[in-house]
Amino acid sequence: MDEVMNLSAATYKDLLEHYIKTQDEKSLYEVEKVSKNFIKNSKTPEEIVNLHIQALSELYPNLKEDFQHSMNFLLEAMIAYGLAHQEYQQLREKQYELKTEIAVAASMQETLLGTTKPDIEGLDIGVVSVPAHQMNGDYHHFVKGKDNSLGIAIADVIGKGIPAALSMSMIKYSMDSYPEESMSPRAILKNLNRVVERNVDPSMFITMFYAQYIPSESLLHYSSAGHEPGFYYNAEKNTFTEIESKGLVLGVSPDTDYQQYKLKINKDDMVILLTDGVTECRDGERFIESEEVLDVIKQYAHLPAQEMVDQVYKHFERLQDFQLRDDFTLLILRKIV
Amino acid sequence: MKPQSCVNINKEWDIVGARQLGRDIAKKMGFGTVDQARIATAISELARNIYLYAEEGQICFEVIDNLPQRGMRMIAVDTGPGIKDIGQVMQDGFSTSGGLGAGLPGVKRLMDEFDLQSEASKGTRINAVKWLR
Repeated sequence: MDEVMNLSAATYKDLLEHYIKTQDEKSLYEVEKVSKNFIKNSKTPEEIVNLHIQALSELYPNLKEDFQHSMNFLLEAMIAYGLAHQEYQQLREKQYELKTEIAVAASMQETLLGTTKPDIEGLDIGVVSVPAHQMNGDYHHFVKGKDNSLGIAIADVIGKGIPAALSMSMIKYSMDSYPEESMSPRAILKNLNRVVERNVDPSMFITMFYAQYIPSESLLHYSSAGHEPGFYYNAEKNTFTEIESKGLVLGVSPDTDYQQYKLKINKDDMVILLTDGVTECRDGERFIESEEVLDVIKQYAHLPAQEMVDQVYKHFERLQDFQLRDDFTLLILRKIV
Repeated sequence: MKPQSCVNINKEWDIVGARQLGRDIAKKMGFGTVDQARIATAISELARNIYLYAEEGQICFEVIDNLPQRGMRMIAVDTGPGIKDIGQVMQDGFSTSGGLGAGLPGVKRLMDEFDLQSEASKGTRINAVKWLR
């Protein structure tokens, strides 16, 4: 370090001398490089002022005393600045450490909450879930029952970031403990509601849509706990309708009962489930209308379900200048036989 | 080792007195301009902490002369409320510093050695050393 300083000191003095004689731009460019080298080697401002004082006294041994005093005064004034700079450097390092730590947590979350898209006869499934920040406050989960039925959960914590992500782990492990294939959507929500009510901070709410598809009946049974309504696409009529569902968000009151609905699904019909990160996408300052989501889905409806959701996501990602404001989850089921 | 020279800290002006005495000792020992300025700033921070939080205390200076190492030790002692969470006050960006880089973490950066002992409602003792190079 001292070697760097001595080398720079010599260069600094030469450059200064040259500049005083010629006032040329080249010396200024060279000192810019020296300055960057100082920064790289964590030189503080007072050390640089001191370097300047030394260079001056070597170049002008008979420098006026008044002037020398003034330079020492400047050096004193730089001390606090140098300290603040060091603190800033350290905080930057700490911030980097934190980011790394959160990245580890996020990848752990991915492993913990991971779900695989199951193969269900006669169904084409596509899903995309992308967090706005590093950790995801949206959650979706597939459960394949023994009778070839499919359970689908999609949930959203009001709030985002780390607290939201932590709550989701709880939901996942509660659901894992249920013998799901034997439980109806309404029973699952009723149970989860109790878990959330008991264990989560009262200011935090979770919305969830739980559906169970029974291939032998072509029926979708579902219940909603205050979740963003999904859409049903009727292929025969070529219409989209909002999926009717009422229910209180999870965690508000301990004894909530949920209604269960059913929906007949015919060939080429689609069920579209999403979180409010999709419907509350923004185009500049304007919130988009849900029709716009449907329009975009229609535009890609000829594609297989997974490509469809990927394209829809890309569309809205671009619309929002590649910076999601909320976690984005979109899930599409299409009956293909 | 020379006997200690101490400055009592009761009012803001005493901070200047402490700086002056510390700087004189540093200059006599042969510290350079930059280190003199650093020592004075560290004294300011220690004295200001006493003035702001403890109301009463003193700062003492000692010349360390154990060849080949020579250095200057400063000891800040007060009988104030003590520091409850030392880890917190030693954190960058906390309290008195407010992102200005000063405070106790600043003193630690300015000096070569730093040690702090504190007991609630009894007081705080800070021991810091700058080596002469």
